[in-house]
Amino acid sequence: MATELKMPALSPTMEEGTLAKWLVKAGDTVRSGDILAEIETDKATMEFEAVDEGTVGEILIAEGTDNVKVGTVIATIVSEGESAAPKAALAPAPSAVAQPAPVAAPQAAAPVLAPAATSDLSEETQRLTVREALRDAMAEEMRADPRVFVMGEEVAEYQGAYKVTQGLLDEFGAKRVIDTPITEYGFAGIGTGAAMGGLRPIVEFMTFNFAMQAIDHIINSAAKTNYMSGGQMRCPIVFRGPNGAASRVGAQHSQNYAPWYASVPGLVVIAPYDAADAKGLLKAAIRSQDPVVFLENELVYGRSFDVPLGEHIVPIGKARTMRPGKDVTIVSYSIGVGLALEAAEALAGEGIDAEVIDLRTLRPLDKGAVLESLSRTNRLVIVEEGWPSCSIASEIMAIAMEDGFDYLDAPVARVTNVDVPLPYANNLEKLALVTTASVIEAVRKVCYRA
Amino acid sequence: MLFIGVVPILPRIEEGFHLAKAATKKAPTEQLAKPAEPKRHAATREELLRLYREMLLIRRFEEKAGQLYGLGLIGGFCHLYIGQEAVAAGIQTALTDKDSVITGYRDHGHMLLCGIDPKLVMAELTGREAGISRGKGGSMHMFSVEHKFYGGHGIVGAQVPLGAGLAFAHKYNEDGGICVAYFGDGAANQGQVYEAFNMAALWKLPIIFVVENNRYAMGTAVDRSSAETHFWRRGEAFRIPGMVCNGMDVLEVRGAAQAAVDFVRAGNGPVVFEAQTYRYRGHSMSDPAKYRSREEVQQVREKSDPIEGLKHDLETAGITEEELKAIDKEIRSIVNEAADFAETSPEPDPSELYTDVLVERY
Ligand SMILES: Cc1ncc(C[n+]2csc(CCOP(=O)(O)OP(=O)(O)O)c2C)c(N)n1
Ligand SMILES: [Mg+2]
Repeated sequence: MATELKMPALSPTMEEGTLAKWLVKAGDTVRSGDILAEIETDKATMEFEAVDEGTVGEILIAEGTDNVKVGTVIATIVSEGESAAPKAALAPAPSAVAQPAPVAAPQAAAPVLAPAATSDLSEETQRLTVREALRDAMAEEMRADPRVFVMGEEVAEYQGAYKVTQGLLDEFGAKRVIDTPITEYGFAGIGTGAAMGGLRPIVEFMTFNFAMQAIDHIINSAAKTNYMSGGQMRCPIVFRGPNGAASRVGAQHSQNYAPWYASVPGLVVIAPYDAADAKGLLKAAIRSQDPVVFLENELVYGRSFDVPLGEHIVPIGKARTMRPGKDVTIVSYSIGVGLALEAAEALAGEGIDAEVIDLRTLRPLDKGAVLESLSRTNRLVIVEEGWPSCSIASEIMAIAMEDGFDYLDAPVARVTNVDVPLPYANNLEKLALVTTASVIEAVRKVCYRA
Repeated sequence: MLFIGVVPILPRIEEGFHLAKAATKKAPTEQLAKPAEPKRHAATREELLRLYREMLLIRRFEEKAGQLYGLGLIGGFCHLYIGQEAVAAGIQTALTDKDSVITGYRDHGHMLLCGIDPKLVMAELTGREAGISRGKGGSMHMFSVEHKFYGGHGIVGAQVPLGAGLAFAHKYNEDGGICVAYFGDGAANQGQVYEAFNMAALWKLPIIFVVENNRYAMGTAVDRSSAETHFWRRGEAFRIPGMVCNGMDVLEVRGAAQAAVDFVRAGNGPVVFEAQTYRYRGHSMSDPAKYRSREEVQQVREKSDPIEGLKHDLETAGITEEELKAIDKEIRSIVNEAADFAETSPEPDPSELYTDVLVERY
């Protein structure tokens, strides 16, 4: 008796194909690995090889035959010295793949409403700019952990294109504060590889506009490592730099990438507003075992805020109540938080008591805090310095629909930039960007006070 | 002479603006350190047996993977290493356990030679819980931190800067290790490769950039894609010495690899190492195979097969047919066992869908 050779599948979805050509004939001796035939589908050709040694017995399907079903016996092989029992052929793949029972996502359960953290800084504080707070965070973590290093364009000798890395080269030397050539794709890859190799890189992009060249490593290399390795291989890296519109620098230099990165599972995305959060969250980001995209804002670098003295760490994934209120919730992040606070001040004068929530972390997003606030105010406005489509604002609106519908007393409103590339002309740029006035207007509208 | 167009201009610049002087802070290129002249490796009997064994393990493993694919047990893309065995075997045997390795999606062979259990690799190919990536990576995305094998990358060229990053970590940690980053002739045309070359040379990173020139990138022959097909020369502009070897002769690869490893480990910075090889099979399991003739493939198989090619050396060393048969048999049983394991072990639990997205909880 002989081994039956069956029509193979070129892919798990293939059901039939053409037996294009036989490369052996009855009576030929074949060895394992010899090509027996060519099988074709509309997409591809595959060589069909011998599994074991033997002699070709019978060719059952002639070459040139179309529509041969997968699994059809196409030939037989007589094994050497074995003529009795047929050799058990490898079991074919289960034809009807059992449909796995749907699993509940751990997050799929109704989110737990939990108030955002408060901005209460009861400890002793000092006045710091966001720029200084970021530098201090890096310096403190570099002192504490020799694996931490910073690399990027002009980060060392020039002291940082925006002076965020000022003084680091002096303190830590050229081994740990590294000027790279202008080569974003390359150094993002080197940083990611170094993280895979056990170091703790901080990769600075001069601005996130230039990280477009490096986005492949952020998304394809860094964000996927842990999952694709079944939890074996870590990639603890921080990609940081200014994000969003600066001032009159035109369309290629004025983009908010928060929604882009926040849509990618496997990344942590942080976008702080004030100096205390900038410091506390950057320290947490550096310590995290996950890859973090840390979005700063050039226009906020020079603003001063109170920052607690001493060790200050802010937990990732927790929103913050910047201003409590009872009439409406304004949710924002990064520079938008400043606009939201200004608007809230102005609205107080009109008798509207707005609560302002700073998301701080965009992935994982603190849904519970947004919903908890909404459950009390029943009105929601999202402020975002970025485009409206597929934005963080759209995401929050979806959350409100899915999990907060019953709380809503008015449709959710979003206040964003205009949906155009950012223009250069002073007047046009102003018209394109989100403003305090537009926030105020939106809040009045959801409060039916317009 | 390539320089003819440039040379007469240089003195003029020097006289006029002293630009050339300013640009020559670096040592003249002819003074750059170079790896020792490589020699075909004079292998001991044990080394010969090991090389034979390792190449055969890859060959049989890949044949089996091809069969399992045909049976629908392996899905998606599956790129076989058949024909190229001598490259990984010649290089991996020149490394120590301090060294790290990274490659693209054609990764099964490198993994086996990093000492990773064939069962875990095969079970990953069939997408099972017991797979090295617990079924969540597949053929192109496999890793073993334990064996310093850092993937298994599906984006053509990505492994080159990632490998430079691993080399950066070796240097930063002063652990004495080097990195070997394998990539294809097609990958060699990616811009990021040259960004990595530049920084690796600038920072003297301990890395061997191995171009596995198998003459095709999917259906594109090197002549149709590459202005310079001497890939070993591709580092010249960055002052990286280049080496080239017959990647179908495992002893030649082994000898060249030793010269490269010694040079890189001594702190001289990177080497670009071209291994001229050939893949017998389609690019992946579904390959229209219309871009080259069967005769071309057949000729390489008959005249240059790396495993058959080693038989002469094995014979000269007095290794008998019986010894080789015993190795064949042993490898067949290792591979069959791996295949049985990969077929019979269970798929991941559905709850695994949500695990390992992030390491920490926030
Ligand atoms: C960035 C990117 N572009 C395209 C592809 C699709 N692709 C996969 S392999 C391949 C050919 C690469 O050939 P080569 O580098 O010579 O390696 P080989 O397959 O010969 O080992 C292409 C185009 C990809 N995976 N990644
Ligand atoms: Mg190739």
